[in-house]
Amino acid sequence: MSISTEAARPPEPPGPLTWVRRNLFNSLFNSLLTILMVFVIFYTVRGVIYWIVNVADWRPVVNFPFLYLVGQYPRDQLWRIGLSTSLIAILFGLSWGTWGGLIRTFAVSLGAFFAVVALLPVQSNELTIPVRGALLANVLLIFLGFRLGRLQAVKGSFTAIAWLLAIEVITLILLPGLSLRETLTLLIGSALVFIIVYIIYQAIRVGGINSTLRILILIAVILLAAEIALASFPNLANTPLLQKVATTSWGGLLVTFFLAAGGIVLSFPIGVVLALGRRSSLPVVKVFCTTFIEVVRGVPLVTILFMFSVILQLFMPPEARIDRLLRALMGMTFFSAAYTAENVRGGLQAVSQGQVEAAKSVGLNSVQIMSLIVLPQALRAVIPAIVGQFIALFKDTTLVIIVGINELLGIGKSIINSDPEFIQLQAEVFIFIAMVFWISSYILSYASRQLETTLGVGER
Amino acid sequence: MTSKGPLSIFTRRREIPLWRDERVLQAIAQVISAFVVIGFIIWIIINFFEAARGRGLNLGFGFLQEPAEFPISDPILPFDPSRSFGYAFLVGVVKTLLVAGIGVVLATVLGIIVGLARLSTNWLLNKIALAYIEIHRNIPLLVLLFLWYFPVFNSLPPVKDSIVWPGPTYLSERGLYLTWPRLEPGSGILVISIIFAIVLALIAFILLRRRRVATGQQTYHVVISLAILLILPTAGWFLSGGSPIRMDTPVLEGFNFTGGMRLTPEFAALLVGLVTYTAAFIAEVVRAGIQSVHVGQVEAAKSVGLSSFQVTSLVIFPQALRVIIPPLISQYLNLTKNSSLALLIGYQDLFGVAKIAINQAGRAVQVFFMVMATYLTMSLITSLVLNIYNRRIQLVER
Repeated sequence: MSISTEAARPPEPPGPLTWVRRNLFNSLFNSLLTILMVFVIFYTVRGVIYWIVNVADWRPVVNFPFLYLVGQYPRDQLWRIGLSTSLIAILFGLSWGTWGGLIRTFAVSLGAFFAVVALLPVQSNELTIPVRGALLANVLLIFLGFRLGRLQAVKGSFTAIAWLLAIEVITLILLPGLSLRETLTLLIGSALVFIIVYIIYQAIRVGGINSTLRILILIAVILLAAEIALASFPNLANTPLLQKVATTSWGGLLVTFFLAAGGIVLSFPIGVVLALGRRSSLPVVKVFCTTFIEVVRGVPLVTILFMFSVILQLFMPPEARIDRLLRALMGMTFFSAAYTAENVRGGLQAVSQGQVEAAKSVGLNSVQIMSLIVLPQALRAVIPAIVGQFIALFKDTTLVIIVGINELLGIGKSIINSDPEFIQLQAEVFIFIAMVFWISSYILSYASRQLETTLGVGER
Repeated sequence: MTSKGPLSIFTRRREIPLWRDERVLQAIAQVISAFVVIGFIIWIIINFFEAARGRGLNLGFGFLQEPAEFPISDPILPFDPSRSFGYAFLVGVVKTLLVAGIGVVLATVLGIIVGLARLSTNWLLNKIALAYIEIHRNIPLLVLLFLWYFPVFNSLPPVKDSIVWPGPTYLSERGLYLTWPRLEPGSGILVISIIFAIVLALIAFILLRRRRVATGQQTYHVVISLAILLILPTAGWFLSGGSPIRMDTPVLEGFNFTGGMRLTPEFAALLVGLVTYTAAFIAEVVRAGIQSVHVGQVEAAKSVGLSSFQVTSLVIFPQALRVIIPPLISQYLNLTKNSSLALLIGYQDLFGVAKIAINQAGRAVQVFFMVMATYLTMSLITSLVLNIYNRRIQLVER
């Protein structure tokens, strides 16, 4: 009996012809289908190319770069937005260097975005050489941040604190002009909040006071001293630092990203709390959370937005006036939180009871069990669902048009309405906006897939 | 070690301090949370009544009988501004349900087609389906609706230069005019025979298949029920005098079309946008459902000699449906809720009607709660159906 050595060899990789036969012409029906589709694709592509080259007129898109980016934000105050973006750019670079992984996708996309806007091959009296230079500098800042983040001395906690500070600073730069005293008060207040949060965090992790907390307390003390010192210079203390910019003039991508980022950052903790509340043993909390989640999930987002923009003020004390943009953000946040809560609840149910029992038996208290044992596992399991919810939230920012806020799509519409000539060019504007959303959502879902592989979701 | 052990005389039983007794802590938490939640609700209600008194708002529902005083574009039921507001609200609900109903059917059909295309062995078809899904899932619905409405359905040529599609279907700025079958007098018999045929075919199918499953005899349940479905309506057709259905063709008369079925540009754009968007999500649901059936199931079915049609209909489909139905129904609900975007492209549905009323003085809160209640009813009914279904398939489960 002879044993064939041939059989042991792996099969040859299929050549291109074999591939075509297997994947396009493997049956009569599929062959016909392929031929039909080749024709359809050919004519579609030809039509699209013809339209882009001969018909499309991109004036309403390329002539107003600043409108699309920041809306009606006063043009002489644009440096404030520029400064904020630079801060964000360097921080993204820093985080990329420190944490790597997922952040890289965002940092690189951000850099690509700046580069594309800076090198846009159009004549525009808005995109001047200095503006383009500033945009390109942001790309450099991302890289600089990256190199900085790779240094041994830079730790994760440093980057985290830098982020918190940057959020503070950006708020102070973008928001209406507060006086020096108000600025300091705000800073001290938030420093105190950070310290309290940090102490609670440390208490849970059973750790002592470490260097981070010392830095935070030091900052708070310095700020407090500065404010006390300021009391003797009332003139200086009460001058507004920056000119007030009402949020009604905000628009475009600025609002889209503000609502998306704000909604994501705020809705996540609220969603987790709601999910815990729904599983709580306290009946009042449970009923309240369940009702909230089910009602919000049962109605369209437009009704929620409308409630916050019109109805809310009827249920508030008359002196409470909340900014229009903030009301929209609240609506988006609560809406998204209800969906996040349901996702998180799914994750909580997936954590086996044995984990809790094991944690109890080694003597952890219930807060520790929840924050160290149950939640990390629950959240890990539902990352894809939560990111999907974030993408939905990002896309849903377009709905704020209904309460009169001009985010990207709203700006597009108002540009069309600004010139009778543009009525014929609506397709160009909306296709451009669709592409912006498509690319951004695609980056988000790409990052989500990366995160899943890093964390090994679905491997257990 | 229990306290009754021999060593218990040496270890004095220590009281647990109050602040560490879990029952006490629980009770305190209950009370505090009750105070916070109920206090918050009371605070809101007090604020509201103060605001209402301060502005002189009338909080009754009497306005439902008052004339609406606003027109509704393309009302499906007969409507004019002198009709009551309650009736206007009803018209809005009907318009929402109409879009949702038609949209759900079309989105399901398109979604299944795309979902199956996504599973095709044909590489090109597969990638086209993937492109379709990725395009629709990553672009906001509102942008898609704007794309369908402003550059497409709202920019159609004037009536005289209508685009003609086979059918004939006319596309013009007045909307879509479709050729539509209309029932002629005497068609009652046909309608009755069709209904009768469907019922009878269903009964025959279920009974015969049950016998087939129970005894193993060949009962030809598919053939027989199909035959009933074909023969009875044909008989009805001839009994009702030969021509019970007339194709109503739109005809250009003067400056407008007469006859045919008219869809307004708003309705058409909304429907196309909602259907193509939801279909992308349904396609993913269908694909995931079919892929959730283990390959071993298919191999086992083939090895016991089932034909490929039998494998699909008896093995893959019943198991895939279990996975598909729950997310599918929630997609239907999403479509219904998303139809509230209609307002932004000029189709006045439930939310559109309500928004006008909200801007009229003194009705905001009541109308708002009516809208919430309507949408909530829809979603509660849906989740009820879903729960019943889930319970049923859980009983069937191995």
